[in-house]
Amino acid sequence: MSDDELIWRIAGGSGDGIDSTSQNFAKALMRSGLNVFTHRHYPSRIRGGHTYVEIRAAENEVQSRGDGYNFLLALGDSFARNPQEEAYYGNEEIKPLSENLDELRDGGIIVYDEGLVDEDEVADLDLEKRAEENDWHVFPVDLRGLAKEHGREVMRNTAGVGVTAALLDMDLEHIEDLMADAMGGDVLEANLDILHEAYETTSEEYDFEHDLRAPVGDHDTEQALLSGSNAIAYGAIDAGCRFIAGYPMTPWTDVFTILSQNFPDMGGVSEQVEDEIAAAALAVGASHAGVKAMSGSSGGGFALMSEPLGLAEMTETPLVLVESMRAGPSTGMPTKPEQADLEFVLYTSQGDSQRVVFAPGNIEEAYEQTRLAFEIAWDYQIPAIIIYDQKLSGENANVDVEFFDREPKPDLGATLTEEELKEAAHDNSGKFQRFQHEGENGVSPRSLPGQKGGRFLATGNEHSPVGHIEEDPDNRVNQMDRRLEKLEAIRTELDDEYESTQTYFGDDDADYGIVTWGSSQGAVEEAVARLNEQGHSVKGLSVSDMLPFPKTEVTEFLESVDEAMVVEMNATAQFRGHIQRELGRFGEKLTSLLKYNGNPFEPAEVVEGYEVNIADEEREPTAQVRIEPAAGD
Amino acid sequence: MSAFNAIGDEREIDRDEFTPGVEPQPTWCPGCGDFGVLKALKQALPEAGKTPEEVLTVTGIGCSGKLNSYLDTYGFHTIHGRSLPVARAAKLANPELEVIAAGGDGDGYGIGGNHWIHTARENHDMTYIVFNNEIFGLTKGQTSPTSPKGHKSKTQPSGSAKTPLRPLSMSLNAGASYVARTAAVNPNQAKEIIKEAIEHDGFAHIDFLTQCPTWNKDARQYVPYVDVQESDDYDFDVHDRKEGAEMMRETEDVLNEGTVLTGRYFVDDDRPSYQQEKKAVGEMPEEPLAERYFDDDAEWERSYDLLERHT
Repeated sequence: MSDDELIWRIAGGSGDGIDSTSQNFAKALMRSGLNVFTHRHYPSRIRGGHTYVEIRAAENEVQSRGDGYNFLLALGDSFARNPQEEAYYGNEEIKPLSENLDELRDGGIIVYDEGLVDEDEVADLDLEKRAEENDWHVFPVDLRGLAKEHGREVMRNTAGVGVTAALLDMDLEHIEDLMADAMGGDVLEANLDILHEAYETTSEEYDFEHDLRAPVGDHDTEQALLSGSNAIAYGAIDAGCRFIAGYPMTPWTDVFTILSQNFPDMGGVSEQVEDEIAAAALAVGASHAGVKAMSGSSGGGFALMSEPLGLAEMTETPLVLVESMRAGPSTGMPTKPEQADLEFVLYTSQGDSQRVVFAPGNIEEAYEQTRLAFEIAWDYQIPAIIIYDQKLSGENANVDVEFFDREPKPDLGATLTEEELKEAAHDNSGKFQRFQHEGENGVSPRSLPGQKGGRFLATGNEHSPVGHIEEDPDNRVNQMDRRLEKLEAIRTELDDEYESTQTYFGDDDADYGIVTWGSSQGAVEEAVARLNEQGHSVKGLSVSDMLPFPKTEVTEFLESVDEAMVVEMNATAQFRGHIQRELGRFGEKLTSLLKYNGNPFEPAEVVEGYEVNIADEEREPTAQVRIEPAAGD
Repeated sequence: MSAFNAIGDEREIDRDEFTPGVEPQPTWCPGCGDFGVLKALKQALPEAGKTPEEVLTVTGIGCSGKLNSYLDTYGFHTIHGRSLPVARAAKLANPELEVIAAGGDGDGYGIGGNHWIHTARENHDMTYIVFNNEIFGLTKGQTSPTSPKGHKSKTQPSGSAKTPLRPLSMSLNAGASYVARTAAVNPNQAKEIIKEAIEHDGFAHIDFLTQCPTWNKDARQYVPYVDVQESDDYDFDVHDRKEGAEMMRETEDVLNEGTVLTGRYFVDDDRPSYQQEKKAVGEMPEEPLAERYFDDDAEWERSYDLLERHT
């Protein structure tokens, strides 16, 4: 862990502009040359309720939210207050100051809005004493008053940013630029006045005894700040996807929204429909007619999609679905991340159903694997699913702009042109043998409705080579074997023609392994680095290919270590179970570190899990995590 | 050269082209009304100038779902109740396809009821034929959403306590711009109505009465029928929503009493289809989206162009 990092937490009420303010501030930090990573915590309600965003900024690479934070900007919750009568309404009083102190690091800075945070609340906190104990530096500022004086009360966020900049000795240039991009006229003037006054007043009124200053960084190339949802949407665009159908559900809505907003400009079609069964069925219909299509949802909505998912598999219609996990079962915790839909996504749908499943672990992987999912789905005429979670969906980090500089790939894969159809196999009545048994790699190329010479029937029933319902035993076995062959072929292609989509970190010859998947990757990567700095011998593997499973890679990794800990955000060790089922071994070697309280792993929790679990320390972990011993223990 | 040359192919089309060459014979029971739909479609499609390869028939599950096994067009036999979402997306992806969805009363009015309401509401440009025999056939005779009240079946042995659904009124209220009822026993009318539905720009819903001689022996065989357009007893304007609604109501009332009224009930030629509406607001390209993948000159926008807002 670099000491030279800022983890800035802005806390307040949902609907108070916490998200937009933090986005802008993160961008300003990025523009100043720093690497940034954001973590968003919000309740399932529109207005009011405690919300915060953390921005971690450092010169070095940042892959996770980090541990705790060192700067709190507590804005107060304006929606817990009736603006006319200064009285609380609703039944919940949110305290962005007192609720956020637990994880504030020693030596940290607190700025709170004296104009909105109750005096009683501060008194109850015994803030002075606690500040002294923890070496906190407390700055009460009347942000609300300052904002009102120059503009409107909502602009208190700007005042908070101004105070932050002063306390951290930051240049205002990037913040001013971003404001000028986002607004104009009187609103911009008022915000700039507030920003400057907050900056100057703070600089003049306070002596800075704290050590924390904004870190300094310098990027060689231009950076873009985007979320995992942006990356998935952009990966789809570059893969040639031009049709999306969906039903709103957190957190999948982000991808749906981004594509809905961009498609009109690029000739794509977006459909918000009556339910998720329809959504996935529409994607199947569009794909059948010759457009690269996707749909998606979160757990509860994805449940409805298991029907069309199986239909796509049986009719060999290419399809990409995204599944953005949130805590379950049922509607669970709508705005909290979990990695507990893995088994559901691997096995949902009846019969010997097959699909490809990718689980990207960070923003770059989200983009890459979305592109890959489309490529595989259309080349092999099989549903491909991207499984990720609320954490990856909503977190923002900077990515080198050049990373995205590559050509679109609108290729329809194993789809014939009319010229090619003339040469293709037809039956005696002239019907195209769409599902012929002799497909290469299990794939028989398809035609599209409206093409000359390509007439066939697609059906969810077992069918003959031209697509007619057929229950002949030989045909059944041939068709089933051919469909099953696809996963083997895909595994071979992924191994041979692509760089591994698995991510490795640490020394190759380390003794211990930490295995993870999806969005827990960043925290594990940092933890591995820290453990090695502390003198342990640890390496990490983050698996992205859930199906077909990278058996060789995972086997080699697990054979090379004495023991391994599987880190995932669920209560039933689903990924560990998946590894053991796929490999048929390693039960005695794998322990689990599980977290399912609604918050993602912090690196220190993984370090602690390792210490307790693998280094055999005789203690219980302090964090809200659970250790599941190996089968042999 | 277009990638979809079968579309818009103008030539003399023999109705036999719609009959599969070496395909299985229909598995429908002797006397089944479903034969009537098949025959009417085979007659109507060539008359509407459609070639087999520019037509996509999308079906659900049940006896009705086998329609496109016996009708040689491009076909998609989907799952129970889901023909409409598959069909309407195919039409959005390639609006030049002639998309016909078909299903049964259990399939379309029961499990697929939600999709039906919304497809009608949005007025997607397509034809929807519901084989209404007032029974679940292929699952062997259970009560369906259109079975009469008191109908006895294996799953409602004491007689159904449910009032039957009113498909015509439902469709009208949901927003369909063409609503008609015909019957397998009236082949000429069936053919004409299907042809009109194909030519109609918007959601054309045909409630097609198909007798089930096996499981619905008590059901009226839909004869004698009355064609409301031909009969002097009925005089209403099919372009008038209120008069159409009145007529539908009466039709649905008397069907329960054993009188079969068929014909067109509501035709709205002025309401733009969903595809037109979507183009008008700029949410759908003028050219068929599916064509773009075969156009070597197409400029594919890429995400790199969108990054500026993130820097």
